[in-house]
Amino acid sequence: MSTNPSKKFKNPMVNWIEYRLPIFSFLDNSLGSNYPTPKNLNYFWNFGSLAGITLGIMLVSGIVLAMHYTAHVDYAFDSVERIMRDVNYGWLIRYIHMNGGSMFFIVVYIHIFRGLYYGSYHAPRELLWMLGVFILLAMMATAFMGYVLPWGQMSFWGATVITNLFSAIPLVGDAIVTWLWGGFSVDNATLNRFFSLHYLMPFVIVGLVVLHIWALHVHSSNNPIGIDAKTEQDTLPFHPYYTVKDLYGLGVFLICYAFFVFYAPNFFGEPDNYIEANPLVTPAHIVPEWYFLPFYAILRAFTADFFLFAYTPISWIMSAKLAGVIAMFASILLLLLMPWLDGSNVKSSKFRPLYAMFFWIFLLNCVVLGIVGGKPAEGTWLYIGQFTTTYYFAHLLVIVPLVSRLEQPKTPPESISAAVTSTAQG
Amino acid sequence: MSDTNKSAEDGEEEEKTRRDFLFTTTAVVGAVGVAATAWPFIDQMNPAADTLALSSTEVDLEPIEEGQSITVVWRGKPVFIRHRSSEEIEKARADDDANLPHPESDAERAKNPKWLIMVGVCTHLGCIPLGNKSGEIKGEYGGWFCPCHGSHYDMSGRIRKGPAPTNLPVPEYTFLSGSRVKIG
Repeated sequence: MSTNPSKKFKNPMVNWIEYRLPIFSFLDNSLGSNYPTPKNLNYFWNFGSLAGITLGIMLVSGIVLAMHYTAHVDYAFDSVERIMRDVNYGWLIRYIHMNGGSMFFIVVYIHIFRGLYYGSYHAPRELLWMLGVFILLAMMATAFMGYVLPWGQMSFWGATVITNLFSAIPLVGDAIVTWLWGGFSVDNATLNRFFSLHYLMPFVIVGLVVLHIWALHVHSSNNPIGIDAKTEQDTLPFHPYYTVKDLYGLGVFLICYAFFVFYAPNFFGEPDNYIEANPLVTPAHIVPEWYFLPFYAILRAFTADFFLFAYTPISWIMSAKLAGVIAMFASILLLLLMPWLDGSNVKSSKFRPLYAMFFWIFLLNCVVLGIVGGKPAEGTWLYIGQFTTTYYFAHLLVIVPLVSRLEQPKTPPESISAAVTSTAQG
Repeated sequence: MSDTNKSAEDGEEEEKTRRDFLFTTTAVVGAVGVAATAWPFIDQMNPAADTLALSSTEVDLEPIEEGQSITVVWRGKPVFIRHRSSEEIEKARADDDANLPHPESDAERAKNPKWLIMVGVCTHLGCIPLGNKSGEIKGEYGGWFCPCHGSHYDMSGRIRKGPAPTNLPVPEYTFLSGSRVKIG
């Protein structure tokens, strides 16, 4: 991806700017005809650009909503209702923003599982992958604080439950919770700071995305067979081939997105959040947004009699509550170690049938965790949650390190173009 | 800086030590300055003076009948005040010797056994337990029950069953006269 210093454009104005600020060659090298991209990318490689575009949609709709929203406990709920009823197209913009959060997580989760299946985290893309995990964490913080802003019952009680997690920290836990709240309960001070940070965090995400794309462009995209491009034969210029493919994918994505915005705007939401926050009444069943459910299930799996807790040294040093909190954060942070947990020298699961099978079990396990997270933590659901939590950690800490080192992978093709020609011949 | 000096003035130990001293002191003073400047930006998130000013509440106990509970708001949280009957006091005291996850005697929890005063926030993850109003579920031990994750509290507000780690906390309070109490 070396820059062509003698790059000349047809338009003299463009050349005048280019000579002083080489922005046009920068764009050409990042998204244009001068960015060689593996020619065998499938549609799973659309989700990176979709995530970037969704971030843009969230920024624009969010900035507009902030022009009409009031971050005060007495007015927040009413100001959101005013956006829905009185502000011109307020209903549309709010539904775009509200469903955009869910769309963002769908796209990003597919993007992450794509990376897990095709081994995109392998050398030399470890930092690229780790930056992605940090983007996920930043997205979660942003989404959590955004959900508090409408000041409905789920907003208030979700904020109460999640901020209370920090009280599990020994000695300083209560001081930290008071500090987070700015008072003795979730109140006006909490709402104000959440609004401020909810506005800030997307720009932090933009910064992380810039680093993520920068790291991507150093070694270019991974691809379905996991063999890096060796010659020009293996690549296509990003423009027009992948610009057009990304735009086609965007069209399909926007149709799905628009379906929810116009026909099922509250599909992903909770009816209880249309009841104004009441600090003296807890809803019967508190659930977070769907994209947090697997992690919520892991948090709640840790009860005093959970075997992973009760019969291990964990119970000697901490309470079940603290263990649950640590497990929840660890379930995401462990992903940072994927490049080292997976010791295979073949990237793509296409050539690792056993590993691929465990990948699909892991994916299914995550879906079950999500279902459990939405149910009351009692009876059978609690046991299913404890089993799937155990499996989640067993996959990352035992199955991936062992299978990746013991399985003899199939021999991948020589190169990307060799894979194509052999398929054509065979 | 010290690195370039090392190669340029190789062997001049005294000169190097003085520079290193200045370099280290400057760095230390700088670090202290940064920490001192950071503190106001961290501490601003702690409760403000007006929030702290509202940190105590006075309640008139006169209108609360025996066997009745009320909920008052203190520091933005509900406080349960229950006027216990003599049977309830006996029941709570009888449980002092039961297998308690967080052992506390009823006498420790209620200065005046007739009045049980405690913060009505579940010690698990902060939900409001049911049982303070008549007709609400009171749980298996006849006290309070948290619907979020199923914690059962007894007639003394002690955790008996469920994920909550500790008893419902008793706030600081003083009886100002026979029928007035100051919480906080």
